[in-house]
Amino acid sequence: MIARDRNPYLPYPVRIEEIITETGDHSLKTFKLVFLDPADEARFAFLPGQFAEISVAGKGEIPIGIASSPTEKGYLLFTVQKMGVVTSHLHSMRPGDRLGLRGPLGNWYPWERMEGRNVVIIGGGCAFSTLRSSIVYMTDPSRRPKFKRLTAVYGARCLSLLLYSDRLDEWKGEKSGIDMHVTVDAMQESEPRTPRWQCHVGFVPAVVKEKIKDPTDAIVILCGPPAMLKFTLPVLKEAGFADGQIYLSLENRMKCGIGMCGRCNVGGKLVCKDGPVFSLAELGELPRET
Amino acid sequence: MRTRYYERDAFPPAVAELRRAYRVFVPVRRGDFHAFAEWDDSVRPDFDYRKTRVPPKGLVFPQSERLLVFSTDERDPEHDILREAPKDFPPQAVVGIRPYDAMAFRVLEVNFDTPEVRDPWWLRRREATTLIGLARADEDATMFRTENYAGPFDERGLDVIVYDLGRGYLAKALGEKGEAALAAMGGDEPAADALREVEERIARAATPELPAGRLRAQPAAPELPTGRLRAQPVVPLFEAEFWDEVAAPCLNCGVCTFLCPTCWCFDIQDEVRKQEGDRIRNWDSCMFPLYTLHASGHNPRGKKTQRVRNRFMHKLKYYLDKYDRGVMCVGCGRCVEACPVNIDIREVAARMNGFGEQVERHDR
Ligand SMILES: Cc1cc2nc3c(=O)[nH]c(=O)nc-3n(C[C@H](O)[C@H](O)[C@H](O)COP(=O)(O)OP(=O)(O)OC[C@H]3O[C@@H](n4cnc5c(N)ncnc54)[C@H](O)[C@@H]3O)c2cc1C
Ligand code: SF4
Ligand code: SF4
Ligand code: FES
Repeated sequence: MIARDRNPYLPYPVRIEEIITETGDHSLKTFKLVFLDPADEARFAFLPGQFAEISVAGKGEIPIGIASSPTEKGYLLFTVQKMGVVTSHLHSMRPGDRLGLRGPLGNWYPWERMEGRNVVIIGGGCAFSTLRSSIVYMTDPSRRPKFKRLTAVYGARCLSLLLYSDRLDEWKGEKSGIDMHVTVDAMQESEPRTPRWQCHVGFVPAVVKEKIKDPTDAIVILCGPPAMLKFTLPVLKEAGFADGQIYLSLENRMKCGIGMCGRCNVGGKLVCKDGPVFSLAELGELPRET
Repeated sequence: MRTRYYERDAFPPAVAELRRAYRVFVPVRRGDFHAFAEWDDSVRPDFDYRKTRVPPKGLVFPQSERLLVFSTDERDPEHDILREAPKDFPPQAVVGIRPYDAMAFRVLEVNFDTPEVRDPWWLRRREATTLIGLARADEDATMFRTENYAGPFDERGLDVIVYDLGRGYLAKALGEKGEAALAAMGGDEPAADALREVEERIARAATPELPAGRLRAQPAAPELPTGRLRAQPVVPLFEAEFWDEVAAPCLNCGVCTFLCPTCWCFDIQDEVRKQEGDRIRNWDSCMFPLYTLHASGHNPRGKKTQRVRNRFMHKLKYYLDKYDRGVMCVGCGRCVEACPVNIDIREVAARMNGFGEQVERHDR
């Protein structure tokens, strides 16, 4: 959260340290950002699930989920899909260029509830960013003992669209502390990256049906495109997960990110301030307007 | 508590005294309408006005405001670093504001001054503002009462209340800011019983009969029917069938929101001239489809009915539930007056308020 006495519209100045092109089609890039004033890093204390407003001076601001974990010190990661005005400009920028960063904003995954429990992580497409943050956070040696079984299902259309390939290698390893299932909708013939680990072929809901069967003492956090959510939620319910055990992250159009400009509401709740993370039980009490 | 009496002709010069210490905003005639304008030598105040077309909300929350500045010139060592736009917040007095417009600031403050974050510009400008209200029984047929507007003598949002007695004005300070303003205005001590007499008349009737002239008796504006809204469950109300019918004639012109003293939605845009950039905040409207359009093309309120519904649900239900301080409306009637297709918040409130009743009857 931004301190109450700070001007909540004023971004921290940051510098692009590195840009990683994540996907074969160049539509997704990860930006590694470093605060110009190192003291700002402490002011930016966050938990996985939160987001920030990234400022490109002269172009505007965009809300982007924080992809790095609080356990990764000295920098922040944001994975951005090229869409419109600001994201396209961002994609044309270079290391050394300056940006602004406002945040951390919004709420986070239910960390207090997740401690001492089994955690299931389900993600699809480019929405995997805050789930990356969560996995790195939970599998960090200092934090891993706080959680019971960790299971993840992550899918993309094809191998070249999978994010964070370096981390995937690690998570698929024996000692990663997480049972990681990666799936692609289809295997391309001329696949440039052939992974060293086993990869499912099929949609996320099908893999969830096969691998996520035990709702006992478990919390699910999920994030993905509408189609993935639409077909995954019934599978989870069939497996016996209650609405109060399932958390998802919403993406509404935003401007202020601090609950003042009005546009991101779902009923009486503001996604930027009361969210972006809501349990299915909470969403059930809101008007359906997402 | 300071009170002052001004003969009719002595009032404008007394207000002019305020200009020594404040920027003074007064109602002035602009063509067919009235507006608040800074009192300099080019304007003539018209305290006999009824209602301005655009509310004075912009004096605290400007329609367009520069928030941050930056340079995009890479030779500037501070390039691309956003800074607060330099500005100051001199004391300002809004003289002649009507009680409903003053109450609107109370309705707005919960959005800009929250337990977690505070809007520095809104707050500093609000702090620098003294509201000197004009109390006169001249409600028009589009107006109505809500929890946030108890009628033309409602003091709650004001620092000074000025009763228009016809032959003159009786002013009463309501707190520190008001004391300071009245002290600066000068004027005479009123006759011993003058204030008591006025207040007794106000207490006696909903719309009191006051001395001749401006404070004539008038039928009290009706209450907005909202008594049952608090208890209504939100989802069925949202899914009610009447929304299509309510929204059908709407043109999405946005007038109802731009003229509303209690609407606060805004947009933020960057502008660059040469290599000097500004980050600017502008009033926005939930009636426009662009307001909620995602970059993906998806729009949670892409249909007109969804937007009209959001406006009324926000004002009459979400706000009520969230803050427990009445509805987000002060009954000024501007939206009723200005809507080109006569969409009337009083009718919509009646439908929303009565909605549960129909459901209950169904259930039996
Ligand atoms: C909480 C949250 C987390 C997000 N995390 C990510 C992420 O990790 N990676 C990623 O690639 N994208 C993410 N998005 C979506 C991303 O914000 C939009 O794709 C982006 O704002 C589009 O901006 P644009 O200027 O390129 O598009 P344009 O269509 O040109 O948009 C103009 C302006 O509208 C607003 N806007 C448009 N679409 C959206 C949208 N879907 N959500 C919010 N504001 C919008 C922005 O202010 C934007 O500058 C997230 C959105 C939210 C709300
Ligand atoms: S909703 Fe209409 S009547 Fe109510 S405060 Fe706004 S403009 Fe005035
Ligand atoms: S003023 Fe009337 S027509 Fe225009 S947006 Fe409002 S309700 Fe619709
Ligand atoms: S983005 Fe402004 S209120 Fe949520």
